[in-house]
This record gives sequence, structure tokens and C-alpha cells, in this order.
Amino acid sequence: MSRLRVTSTVNGDLVEFLCEPEQTLLDVLRDELRLTGSKEGCSSGDCGACSVTLDGRLVCACLVLGAEVEGSSVETIEGMAAGGELHPLQQTFLEHAALQCGICTPGFLIAARALLEANPDPTESEVRYWLAGNLCRCTGYDKIVRAVLAAAAEMRAS
Amino acid sequence: MRYEAPSSLEEAVALLSGASGDARVLAGGTDLLVQMRSEQIQPDLVVDVKAIAEMRQIFCTDGRFRIGAAVSLAELAEDAALREAWPGVVEAAELIGSTQIQGRATLGGNLCNASPAADSAVALVAAGAVARVAAPAGRYEAPAEEIAIGPGQTSLARGEVVVSFELPQPPAHSGDAYVRFTPRTEMDIAVVGAGVVVSLDESGVCVAARVALGAVAERILIVPEASETLVGTVLDAADLERLAEAASAACRPIDDKRGTKAFRVSVAGVLARRAALSAFERARRSR
Repeated sequence: MSRLRVTSTVNGDLVEFLCEPEQTLLDVLRDELRLTGSKEGCSSGDCGACSVTLDGRLVCACLVLGAEVEGSSVETIEGMAAGGELHPLQQTFLEHAALQCGICTPGFLIAARALLEANPDPTESEVRYWLAGNLCRCTGYDKIVRAVLAAAAEMRAS
Repeated sequence: MRYEAPSSLEEAVALLSGASGDARVLAGGTDLLVQMRSEQIQPDLVVDVKAIAEMRQIFCTDGRFRIGAAVSLAELAEDAALREAWPGVVEAAELIGSTQIQGRATLGGNLCNASPAADSAVALVAAGAVARVAAPAGRYEAPAEEIAIGPGQTSLARGEVVVSFELPQPPAHSGDAYVRFTPRTEMDIAVVGAGVVVSLDESGVCVAARVALGAVAERILIVPEASETLVGTVLDAADLERLAEAASAACRPIDDKRGTKAFRVSVAGVLARRAALSAFERARRSR
């Protein structure tokens, strides 16, 4: 079976890639496009380590086929910092020590950014519910939640 | 495996009915891709239906909603008019998986994956939703409860695709609700789910009701004996007790890691009561 030719926008750049019909978007990002910031945790949509946005909508890249993103726009962790400047969420994650091993971090950051775009002033409870699909086995979540709330406050102030 | 993303239903039906080997419909993919990954299924053909406009839209005409089977749950939850008319259907959709899952998962997929614990499917069945199906011989309609008939099993024949769901216009003073029991607050599968719709007369007496239960049988149950306990009442404590008993009596669950038979039977009654109360409150507030 020949590979499929897919054209999409990834982090603002027009990208063309070839993929097998079975390959997921996560496989394509990591193995074809060499964007390894999105992590593979469970491959079943439970852990959120592969969170990306697809046409602005938060999704698990492991539950999307590469072929499905034809004509769509994908945003990954690689596009989050503007040049050398960290996104406020990335900065507050550092300041609050909201990461330890770091595997879940790209997914948390992408998911948290999608939250703050939809709801710039979330309550702690709203943050926890929104991030329920992102698992972290190191931090116990408190520092992550605090970092998201701090970034939200900072983004509202600026 | 072959991947196709036709832009018309006719093409999708022709691809699915003409395929040799295992052919699957891909809507949100949140169940299908997991099953492919774990090699539970190895389809020869996957037909992505998200390019079919009719399956991606929500229409409201004269109070009747038509929801495309491939509309994502996140899009569904953003439809203010739908939430106003059918809050129980929307609250069921919002209980499924995570934000990420809701960004992809669909009503059509939740029903056709045919889990008896499918939250949105229970709410659709309670709401009296009708599934509009495209088939090789033409279109037909079927009540939502007739589509999923056993774990992983649907009544759909080869080449048939659920296109959309039609929700009737709720009568005046109606409300619906869906509640479920899970050990965790999020990211879990219903141990039991209950969907209830009630319609009241001007004085607040129940004139019609529908009760549906999830995860208490091989398929979603619609329980007329439970609905009958509500009609003619104002849902006082004794009426709700009769409802709970009737709901529990209809259950024929299995024992599994998520709950025992006895627990499910008991909880089904509790949840039917809670869903009925929530639906009743909504009905009293609605015009």
C-alpha cells in the first residue's frame, strides 16, 4: 500500500508529509516531522502526554490518524515559545517547579494554554477538571494547578 | 489498511458496502483507534466521515434538533440552544472522557461503539432520539435504542452509517437529566447511568416520562415500568421510591471490576431517582 500524501499547517508552517494509513498524528509528529516534544505515554487517550491542538481544539495526537489532519492546522509544544521568549505558562511552570521528570509537561502546557484561551479566569476547580485528562505521576498536581492559576493572573494583567 | 475520507454519504456507503474484509467508520476515533492499537480489530478499510457536511452540523427547526453523528462532543457542548432544550443530553456528553476526548468523540461513535455504559447514548435514548441511517438501499430511521444491541454489537448492516440524530421538540414544561455513578469524578466509565425525561402539566403534575438505564444490562434499557410510576404524580418521596424500585427491578447487570450485580441494581434505583428529580426541577423552570 502506498503512503498517503498529507498537507497541513504545523505551528504556522505549511508542512507536507507522507504517512502510512495506520500512523497516528503522534507517530507522524515524532517519527516523520521529528517534533518529539509531544510524548507517547499510553497511546489510548488516557494520559494526555501527546496533547496538541487541531484547528484550535485540544486533542490527543495518539487518537488522530496522520491522514486526518489533511488541510488542518496543528499546534504542538514546539510552537509555544515565541522565538527565545517563553510563554507565560512555561515561565510559571518553571517558577512553581511544576514539573519533575518532564514527560507530562508538554501535554500539560498545551492543555493549559487551550484552557486559558477558552477561559482566561478559571477557578482552581475548573483548572483541575480541564486538566483531568493529563496525568502526572511526579508532582501530585498541586504545583501544576498553582502554576496555571499564576499564569492566568499574569496574562490577565498584561 | 486503506484510509478514505469521502465528502458525500453516497460515497461513504458505497465504500463501506463494497469493501472486502473488515470496513469501519471513523468518526472521532477515540474508541476506534484504541481498538486498532490494541489489535482488537484490524480493519482493511477505514472510512473517515468527518468530511461529510451533513454529519458535522447541528440544525434546529421548529424546536426539533438534528445533530450530525460526527459532531464532536465539544462542539455539542458549545451549542447554547441545544443546552437550553436538552441539558441532560449535553451533561451526559460532558461526562465522557477528558477535554481532549471531548474534542474528538461523537454521539454517533458513542452509540455505535455499542457499550451499554455509553453516557451520551443513555441520554439520547431517554430523550427519544431517532437515528437517521444511510444504507445501500436508501435511508431509514430507527429509535436510538434499537441501534446498539449488545456489547460491541449494533443492528447496522454492512454499509450502513448513522448520519444524525433527531431530537423531538420537548413539550412545554419538560426537562431531562443524566447522572451516573463512577468511583472517580472524571476520566471514568459509568458503573451505572440513568437518563430521565419528564413533562409536566400547568399544575406541575407529570404527564409523560421516559427512563433509560446504562450499564445494567447487555444494552441500554428503556424502562416503561419506571416511567409509569411518575405519570400522574408530583414526584414526592413515595413516588420516587416506587420509581427506584421499578428501575432496580428492570436491571440484569453483570459482576465486573467496576461493580457487582447487587451494587448496580441498588445504585440504578438511586440514580433514577436523582435524575428524575433533576429533570423535574428543570421541567418546573422551563416554559
